[in-house]
Amino acid sequence: MRTLYHFHGGVHPPTNKAQSVRTPIAFAGIPSKLVVPLHQHVGNTSKPAVQVGERVLKGQMFGMPEGSVSSAVHAPTSGTVAAIDMQQVAHPSGLPDLCVTLIPDGKDEWIARNGVDYRSKDAAELRQMLRLAGVVGLGGAVFPSDLKLRAGKHKMTTLVINGAECEPYITCDDMLMRERADEIVQGAEMMRTMLGAEEVLVGIEDNKPEAIAAMQAAVKANGLNNMEVVAVPTIYPGGGAKQLIRVLTGIEVPAGVRSTDLGVQCFNVATAWSAHRAVAHGEPLISRIVTVTGNVERPQNFEVLIGTPLNELLPLAGPRPDTNAHIMGGPMMGVTLPSDKVAVTKATNCIIEGSLALFPPPPMPLPCIRCTRCAEACPADLQPQELYWFAKSKNFGKTQEYHLFDCIECGACSYVCPSSIPLVQYFRFAKSEIWANEREKDAADLARQRHEFRQLRIERDKQEKAEKLAQKEKAAAAAKAAAPAAAPAAPASAPAAPAVTEAAAAPSAAKPATDDATQALINAAIARAREQAVAVKPKNMESLTPQQQAEIAEIEARRAKVRELSHPEAGKPEE
Amino acid sequence: MFSPFITQATSVRAIMFRVMLALVPAIAVYVWYFGPAILVTLTLASVTALATEAAMLKLRQRPLAPFLRDNSALLTAWLLALSIPPLAPWWLVVVGTAFAISVAKHLYGGLGSNPFNPAMIGYAILIISFPAQMTHWVAPHGLGQLEMSPAQQLQYIFGGQLPGSATLDAVTMATPLDTLKTQLHLGHSASEVMGMPIYGHLGGIGGEMVALAFLLGGVYLLLTRIISWHLPVAFLATLFATAGIFYLVDPAHYAPPLFHWFSGAAMLGAFFILTDPVTSPTTIGGKFIFAAGAGFLTYIIRVFGGFPDGVAFATLLMNICVPLIDAYTQPRVFGKKGDK
Amino acid sequence: MLIAILAMSALAILLGAVLGFSALKFKVEGNPLVDKIDAVLPQTQCGQCGYPGCKPYAEAIASGAADINRCPPGGEEGIHKLADLLGVEFKPFGEDTAAPKPKSVAFIDENTCIGCTLCLQACPVDAIVGAAKQMHTIVAAECTGCELCVAPCPVDCISMVPLPETISTWKWQYPVIPIQAAATNKN
Repeated sequence: MRTLYHFHGGVHPPTNKAQSVRTPIAFAGIPSKLVVPLHQHVGNTSKPAVQVGERVLKGQMFGMPEGSVSSAVHAPTSGTVAAIDMQQVAHPSGLPDLCVTLIPDGKDEWIARNGVDYRSKDAAELRQMLRLAGVVGLGGAVFPSDLKLRAGKHKMTTLVINGAECEPYITCDDMLMRERADEIVQGAEMMRTMLGAEEVLVGIEDNKPEAIAAMQAAVKANGLNNMEVVAVPTIYPGGGAKQLIRVLTGIEVPAGVRSTDLGVQCFNVATAWSAHRAVAHGEPLISRIVTVTGNVERPQNFEVLIGTPLNELLPLAGPRPDTNAHIMGGPMMGVTLPSDKVAVTKATNCIIEGSLALFPPPPMPLPCIRCTRCAEACPADLQPQELYWFAKSKNFGKTQEYHLFDCIECGACSYVCPSSIPLVQYFRFAKSEIWANEREKDAADLARQRHEFRQLRIERDKQEKAEKLAQKEKAAAAAKAAAPAAAPAAPASAPAAPAVTEAAAAPSAAKPATDDATQALINAAIARAREQAVAVKPKNMESLTPQQQAEIAEIEARRAKVRELSHPEAGKPEE
Repeated sequence: MFSPFITQATSVRAIMFRVMLALVPAIAVYVWYFGPAILVTLTLASVTALATEAAMLKLRQRPLAPFLRDNSALLTAWLLALSIPPLAPWWLVVVGTAFAISVAKHLYGGLGSNPFNPAMIGYAILIISFPAQMTHWVAPHGLGQLEMSPAQQLQYIFGGQLPGSATLDAVTMATPLDTLKTQLHLGHSASEVMGMPIYGHLGGIGGEMVALAFLLGGVYLLLTRIISWHLPVAFLATLFATAGIFYLVDPAHYAPPLFHWFSGAAMLGAFFILTDPVTSPTTIGGKFIFAAGAGFLTYIIRVFGGFPDGVAFATLLMNICVPLIDAYTQPRVFGKKGDK
Repeated sequence: MLIAILAMSALAILLGAVLGFSALKFKVEGNPLVDKIDAVLPQTQCGQCGYPGCKPYAEAIASGAADINRCPPGGEEGIHKLADLLGVEFKPFGEDTAAPKPKSVAFIDENTCIGCTLCLQACPVDAIVGAAKQMHTIVAAECTGCELCVAPCPVDCISMVPLPETISTWKWQYPVIPIQAAATNKN
């Protein structure tokens, strides 16, 4: 029996998982349209790789990864690209983001898939494959997986595979482990070889005996001696990456430190499964398992194409009429979605339909009585009551002193608060204010730097001009001095001297003249511009071939698009 | 709506109610030994507390219902009523409670913002302003020269009239702690004093049983995890250790440690006063420092100070230090290298 | 008596020497207050305060020549920060200062631009790219929204576009506190 470690705090909310594990995972089908956001991962938005009107095949790349921290996005099925524009996405803000809208043709026609044996590739090649397959952390963090598979400074000892799934209601990992254990195990083994880790520990909470049994059988069947399935105690947030690493290995990964530098790495079971599909079958990440539960008639897990709008997914589970909210994620850390028109993304592990009966609005918050139940529940050993005090009074410097950024926003503190204070919300608020302040400060610093450089440049130009002028005057004076000396020798050149002086005097006299000239030029240009503006029709347009005209029209359309994208408020969906 | 969307159903109201429930055994024992006057005092204090709370909330333009229902004012009232002599005149109770709620609680910002324990502020104000009334403790059952009937107790509380020709000294007596202090001054040895009939097995007849009942209530609170064990254990241990050292050095002049545990407000303080979350530190280390300081100060005030009991002043003195203690005892954060 | 006088004098000399030495040793270059004020100012360099940039305004505040309520881009929050820094009372914006506007960036209508370079010369942070008779473009990431380029443009091709909130700049809101709401409702 393996020694397990303990982390501080934690809570035991009612799990509510039984409802959604009664039936196997069902395919949710191809919806009438798919809205695929190009920013579904931590890092840069992918660069659009398709054009409006283009026919795409299932698995064809929609967005290229851009920059080092980014990932690819793919077509979930075959069809026609209807739009690339700003659409409301599954984000608590309700703001739009760049999305590719695909109208499926129902043929579900794959691109050429090239599955390879991971043993025939080196780690760098595999990482590139995962990056181009859009594999990101499916536990909810959606961090590009290829970046996490780079070994750290430390010798890698342990790869932790996270099947703990501690949040109430969510069962997508549970069902995935029950049904597809074999592929998860193979994906985990591939990740282990990429990292060069000594062992793989699969942590599963002990309230999922079926999943544990399935995974153990798969490990045995694959004959993997350095992989062990470990049942961990059921406690929220035992499935947090840091918490699970702590429980399984005893190592505490501090905030802001890469766990690979401490010799461990952690992946979600679904990520391991997707990585396996990506490499062994050449299938990019275009679908995921989503638990649909809560206030529905038939809670169930579905395999859903990324981009499926909620209003096409939810009817499969039969939402009850008194549904008043759509929650993405679990009841502890989830977010309320702006509407049921937003689409499933790679981060959507669960949709809980809310109702007043299921999630009654919290009572009015009372003042904090410093009872420290929050501190006792905090898995990061923080003092939420102090953080609350400082966040509430917007004393952000102090919140950072009290380690605000070690907060994993698990919600355990709010859950136990007898005064019903929305503690996590205060912490989210403080964090986003601090980030905004930092952005502003960076912008101000950049502006200051550029302004100071400009001042310096102007000063330098002035000096250089003055120096040039001085040199010129010096040369003129020298010429003048030389003139009388030369006069007796060459009287004919005498008229030349006044000419030189004239030339020397010219700059001062000529300046107003040039200014006048510039002004005249500008005026002429203005007149021309006005004329152009009035005469909308450009010149030389009469004798164009239809082909040329089509080209021009296309260019104009692209320009209009660019203009629209640079004014995104114009592209907001009507709500 | 923000996550988490679910909460655990333990409200401030429920917590305060459990603490009041834990006081019930002590109240029962109180009634048995000192007569039903305490019930009158409790009622009087409760009514005053709620009325003051309502008035202050109104003045501060806060909603009345949620704060009147949170039981915190009632708890303060009960703790104060249990700290003052059961035969106190009605106005003493009213003045003490009103002061505790209005000044010690609401002038500092109400629930959660008061730096001092309101009940102990009420007690301190009363013992400083009305020392005579505050030392007239009714003699425990079977010890006084004259025992008052419940009706006579009521008459005294509201009318100030004693039955027939009885004097106040006939119905009241000094507390064991008080007696010990006076007698030691008079040159008696501690063991001699402790042989007097007022001293029972542990800390004085009646009082010791009330203290045991407080202990019982405290254990209930510990078991239901309403309070953490750090504060009472550190307080009682320090009190025991300090008293033990003095007792070992000079048993003739210092009472044994168990006497200090079971006399005065030690048990009340350990389980019900120090554990007030608002006025005690939030860190584990801080709780130890706070309670140990209070235990030590309690002993020092009891033995060397001018007042018979030291729990109230020790608590208030340590209350002042809470922000400092908290600031210096911040625990190690997950993953950060440090003291662990 | 004499000893006392000598002792006091010796002490005075000693302390004076220490003070003199530390004044040299710990000499602060420049005016630290100006830098602190400058750090609070938004660096738009817009000149709306009546000074030719943020630094000159900071210098004016430090010397007491200017009030702290003359920076519209900094908003009321900026005035609060300055008041905190200088230990003075908060002052609302004066009648003569412009009202704060939402943060914007300049946008050049490239069809109308004639390439006169006048805006290039006006931009305090060199955020406009272009050359004579070439179309100009704003580097949005570096534009401070100072509006200094708007007036010089002879063809009025520059407009200020408010920066929309995006998912990456979106902020979690401050939790509403029903206690206060209830209290105000009562009034």
